This record gives sequence, C-alpha cells and structure tokens, in this order.
Amino acid sequence: MLNVLIVGVGGQGTLLASRVLGAVADILGKDCKLSEVHGMSQRGGSVVTHVRIGDDVCAPLISEGEADYILAFEKLEALRWAHYLKDEGALLVNDQEIMPMPVITGAADYPTDIYTKIKAQGKQPVVINGLQIACDAGTSKAVNVVMIGALCSLIGIEYDTVLEAVRRCVPQKLLEVNERALNMGYKYR
Amino acid sequence: MKRLMLTNEAVARGAYEAGVKVVSSYPGTPSTEITEFISKYNEIYSEWAPNEKVACEVAVGASLAGVRSMCCMKHVGVNVAADPLFTAAYTGVGRGMVLVVADDPAMHSSQNEQDSRFYARSAHVPMLEPADSQEAKDFVKRAYEISEEYDTPVMLRLTTRIAHSQSFVELLDRQEVEKKEFSKDIAKYVMMPQFARKRHVYVEQRENKLASDCNVSDLNRVEMRSTKLGIVCAGAVYQYVKEATDASIFKLGMVYPIPMDAIREFASKVDKLMVVEELEPFFENQLKAHGIACSGKELLGKQGEYSSAYLRNKLYGTEMVKATTEVPMRPPVMCAGCPHRGVFYILKKLGMVVSGDIGCYTLGAQAPLSAVDMCVCMGASIGMAHGFDKAESMHARKMVAVIGDSTFIHSGITNVINAVYNQGTSTTIILDNSITGMTGHQQNPATGKTLKGDPTAKLDLEALLKAVGVPSVVVVDAYDLKEVERVVKEETAKEVVSVIIARRPCILLTKKYPPAFSIDSDKCKKCKACLKIGCPAIENIGGSIRINKELCVACGVCKQLCKFDAIEEGKTNA
Repeated sequence: MLNVLIVGVGGQGTLLASRVLGAVADILGKDCKLSEVHGMSQRGGSVVTHVRIGDDVCAPLISEGEADYILAFEKLEALRWAHYLKDEGALLVNDQEIMPMPVITGAADYPTDIYTKIKAQGKQPVVINGLQIACDAGTSKAVNVVMIGALCSLIGIEYDTVLEAVRRCVPQKLLEVNERALNMGYKYR
Repeated sequence: MKRLMLTNEAVARGAYEAGVKVVSSYPGTPSTEITEFISKYNEIYSEWAPNEKVACEVAVGASLAGVRSMCCMKHVGVNVAADPLFTAAYTGVGRGMVLVVADDPAMHSSQNEQDSRFYARSAHVPMLEPADSQEAKDFVKRAYEISEEYDTPVMLRLTTRIAHSQSFVELLDRQEVEKKEFSKDIAKYVMMPQFARKRHVYVEQRENKLASDCNVSDLNRVEMRSTKLGIVCAGAVYQYVKEATDASIFKLGMVYPIPMDAIREFASKVDKLMVVEELEPFFENQLKAHGIACSGKELLGKQGEYSSAYLRNKLYGTEMVKATTEVPMRPPVMCAGCPHRGVFYILKKLGMVVSGDIGCYTLGAQAPLSAVDMCVCMGASIGMAHGFDKAESMHARKMVAVIGDSTFIHSGITNVINAVYNQGTSTTIILDNSITGMTGHQQNPATGKTLKGDPTAKLDLEALLKAVGVPSVVVVDAYDLKEVERVVKEETAKEVVSVIIARRPCILLTKKYPPAFSIDSDKCKKCKACLKIGCPAIENIGGSIRINKELCVACGVCKQLCKFDAIEEGKTNA
C-alpha cells in the first residue's frame, strides 16, 4: 500500500495533484482511492487530499502515522499534517509561505522555524522551491505539477508514466507549460 | 472499461446507464457534482431548480409522466424537499424515482450534522447506501428497480467521504427504459383525505414487504471473519471496519428497512454484536427494539466522522498518533477581491446586527470582520430580521439581513413577501455576485443561463422586488464603500421594508485581473486600517504591511481605507 497525503491551501491545486496520482495508479494497473475536499474548506482554508494506491484499498482515508509520503504545497501545512507521516516516511515540502488569517490579523505568529520543528519530530523534510521552478517553467500556477513531478521522482515512478498521467489530467491548451513544469520538478533532485 | 471516478460522478453514470430521463436538483456540498456530471449526458434532461422542494416535485412529476427521474441534494435540502417526498411516498411512482441525498458527518461544509436515514424511515421509503464508487453506480440502478417493483420513491444516501472519494468503476452501456404514459388514476395520484387514507394502508403493506424481502436481498451481505465480534455497518464505515478490525461483518446496502431476521441469524454466529455507524444510533436502536442485543454508541459517540484509526483506538485501545506541535489555524476565508468583503466591513463599522444566511458570505462571521451575528438555514436571514422587527428588539433599527442571489431565490423571496405583507420595516441586503458561489459556480435563475450553459430568461431581482411590493429597492456597487455606507444608513432608517442589492460578480468568474496593488512603504504609517477587512492578500510580516502579488486581484477596496494614500495601483507591464 502506498499512502500519500497531499496538503496545502485551498486554491493551490492539490486536487489536480491527487488526480495525477490516481491516473498513475490506473496506468500501473493498481487499485486506488482518492479522498478529496470540495466546498467551504476550499476557500483559502487548510486542505488535505488522501491518495491510497495498492492491490485492494478499503478506507478512503489515511490514518495518522501511516502516510508513506506527505506532499506539502505550503510550509505551515507541512507542519500541521506532519504527524500523519510514518517514521520512515518522506515529507516533500514546497518552500512557500501563505499567511493564514489569524497571522494576518495579528492573532497568531507564522512559525519561523518550521523545518526545525519538523526535524524535531524525527522527520526529514525535503525542501523544494516549487514556486520558483513553476515560474521558470512559465507560470506560477504550475506549482502543483512541479511538486507532483518531484514526488514521483522521489517515489521512483518512471517519468513516462507520470507524463502520461499528467496528459490525462491537464487540459490540452495548458499541456505544454505543465509538461515543462513536470520535467523540471521531476529532475529537481 | 474501468475508470477512476468520483462517487458523485458514478451516481451520474448510474443514472445514465439506468435510462434516467429527467433530473432536477439544487446544488449543495457534498452533492453538487452529481448533477453537474449528469448535465454532460445529452440523453438526460437536467436542470438546476431554485430549491430542493421544486427539484423533488419535478422528479415526482416526471416519474408520474412515465420516465425515470432523479433529484439530488445535500442533507439539509431534504428538509426543504420533505413536503413532496412524504406524500409522493403515498402516490408511488410511474417510472422509477430516486432522491439522492448527501449527508455531511463532521460538517465539512454544512450548518448541522443531521442524519437523513430518519427521513427514509419517517417517509416510509427504502434507502440504499453505497460504500464506494462502483457500488454507488450499481445501487442507483438497483434503486430504480426497487422503485418500480415496490411502487415507491427510493432514497440513495451518500456521506461526504463517499461522495467525494474516487475509486474504480466498470462502465456499461445505457439501457433505455420504455416510457410508461400517465393514465388517470385519481385514487392513486390525488392525495386528499378519502384517497390518502387508502394509500396509507398501501404504504404500510409496502414497508412490511420491503422489511421482509430485504432479509434475502443481495444488497446486504455477510463477510465472516473472526466470530469473537460481529459488526453491523454500512457506507464509508464499512471500509473502516474492514480495515481496522478482524470482526465478521454484516454489511448493509439497504439501510432502511433493515433485515432483522438476517441480522438476528448473524448475531447468533458471533460472540458479541456491535453496530458501528456514524451520527445517530439508527440501526442500533432498531435492533434493540427488536430484541437483538448489541452495543455501539456508548463507546463510539454520535459526532463527526469515524476512521480506521478511531475504530482501532476505541475497539482495541491502540493509541492514535496526535499532532505534537501547535500551529496557527487556517480557517476558510473570503477570497481576495470577494465583493462581499467591503459590505461586511461597512456593516461592522456601522455597528449593525447582521442576520446571515447560507453561502460564501457566512464567512463574514470570521475574524477580523466578525460581522455576521446569526445564521440558521437557507432564506432564514430575512425572516429572522422580521422576527427582530416584530419583537420590537432594541437591535431592530440597526439590523440588516444579508443573503446571496441564489439563496434569495431559493427561499428568501417568500420572507420578503411576508415582511411586506405584514407591514415590517426590515432591511435586506442581497449580495448579488451573479452566481451560486460556495458550491463552485452553478447557474441560477438570476444568471440568465441554464445548467448546461444555454441562454435563458434572466430573473430581474429589482422588478421582482417591486412586484411583491417592496417600497424601497436600491442597487449599489459592492466595491464602492462610501456608497454602500450611505445606502445602508439611509435604508435602515426608513420605516418600511427595504432591499439593497449590492452587485458585483464573484471574483472567481473572471480569470484575468488588472495588475496587483502594492504598498508604498515610505507612505505607510502602519496604522493597519487595511488589515481590518481581512483580505488574504494583505500580509503583516513582522509589522511591515505588504500585498501578496500572487493573490491580489486589484479590487481596490483596501485603497479606500488608506488615509495616507500608501496603496498604489499596479502598473501594466509595458
């Protein structure tokens, strides 16, 4: 069973990332369940998508401490969900900060030492500047595809498989820039 | 062919394969996508109705007219649709009719956690509940067979975790169903006392027959594993039970009525029987009432969602992994450039008591705006403000009802008619963003487009309000803070019913925005006035205020708050 938790801020495109992984499962002939978030929590809130790939997947949700990988689109969200990671799991995090409303209003501070805190939990964050890579690829909106590229390369999924999966999930007119983003994300390491 | 599918899409596919001809729905998370996917099938007529009652009535009519029909809604939508549902249970159907309801345990996007299984029991109609996408598609088709065999509407229940999860589905072809033309049958279809009394007898016979037949239905199944514990469950919970325990399972596919004899037999094969169900002890209480010893709720509770980890914790004492680091919350917020934001800022500034409603604008209750003071259900904002008015509340003169365009059409208009008719003095603000926002941009009667995007008659809100006799109707630009303030003061002071239409399309309808604004740090006095509107694009980084260019859409609301002229319009790249 491969458990991937994708976390971020509503509007960052986490849903597409999970659907690409779903397409990967399909191509590899594996069973798969994705649990998505729609509705109110999408509006700039903390969002989480569960992806489970295996031979026979039951629950659509990953339990705490059972994620093989966490793909975090935002630093604070990486910290928020880090306890879902297995001890030997990997946390791939986009080095981007998006201020939540309590920070904007001054009711809370954005933690300055997120990576230290994650390391203190015995977890080693793999940091990637997804926003910069996406901008280099041609659009800041392709952060999600950069991140999914980096994750798939970390998991060891072949590039051609991910590429085919992205082609199934991304509209034709946006394909060129997203393929570039995928390639740059995949080669990141 | 197999395809990974959102369960809501699988329900749509089931309707397609079952030969459904007419679908009418009102959007509501987590049910919305069902009807959106259905709209892609040209073989099915589909529409957004103004509310769930209308949707259900359209489905009842289409069924009586002889085609398979469907209506879809979220759990609280059934409250609205209950009136036609309860009596359609008496008339029965022509061709099959299915009401799909999506419950929301844990309230991801809802105002309450009601359990719609009680509606099936109360209306005396059968209810099915699938545990994944494939079952959802299969159960839709079975629901039509049951509907026609037993002459009853059938409910299909989803929960958020099922509706919004994807799993593989085998696709089949559509089977057309022959139209069964309506033939006059007053005693069956006209529910007045003399006929309804006879139909009620039929309803009871039908329910008894279903309760007996479901004991041998393959919608329910037994999975024998360890006999130390047997668990009765359904839906998403079945998946958690299967994963977290080694117990034998009685999986219910039909969740009303439930097969008492079959469960009694299952209970005899296990040492101990448990019922694991989210929300209310619906199965458990019925089993106990039938003398089947079982436990469940005293251990598991009635609130929120379960999970595999939760069940392992409760059943076996396995400790749940908890977060060890405290992090700031990230609640949902109104988007940067949301046209509602400025209106709420003014309402807060004027010290208004705000009677709120259901939609994106409920988020006006969040800090720092904290402007919404009450919110109950669709349309209630206006009725509640009228209630304050008639109770002669000291707040009534400084009060407004706030409601969106789609919600106003859903059930706000009747409240305005009531206020006018009963000589009220309340003020309502319709936040007209020209779309149904929160559920993800569905068309409604005021947008001038149908579900399929075709042009149609556009409801004229001003003309409607005048026609029902509202003495004062004013339209303002929701971005123009001075004007909003002036109009709110003026209208709330009037001793008549007044309606302000604050108009601006939802910012997400536009894909291209002017260049982002920025803050001139030399001019900025750090007074933080711009932070009071709670725009996610304006950030306070260690006391220095800046605008996040990735988020700013140049709505210009913040600029109107800056006394030092420090907020500058963006420059177009030459």
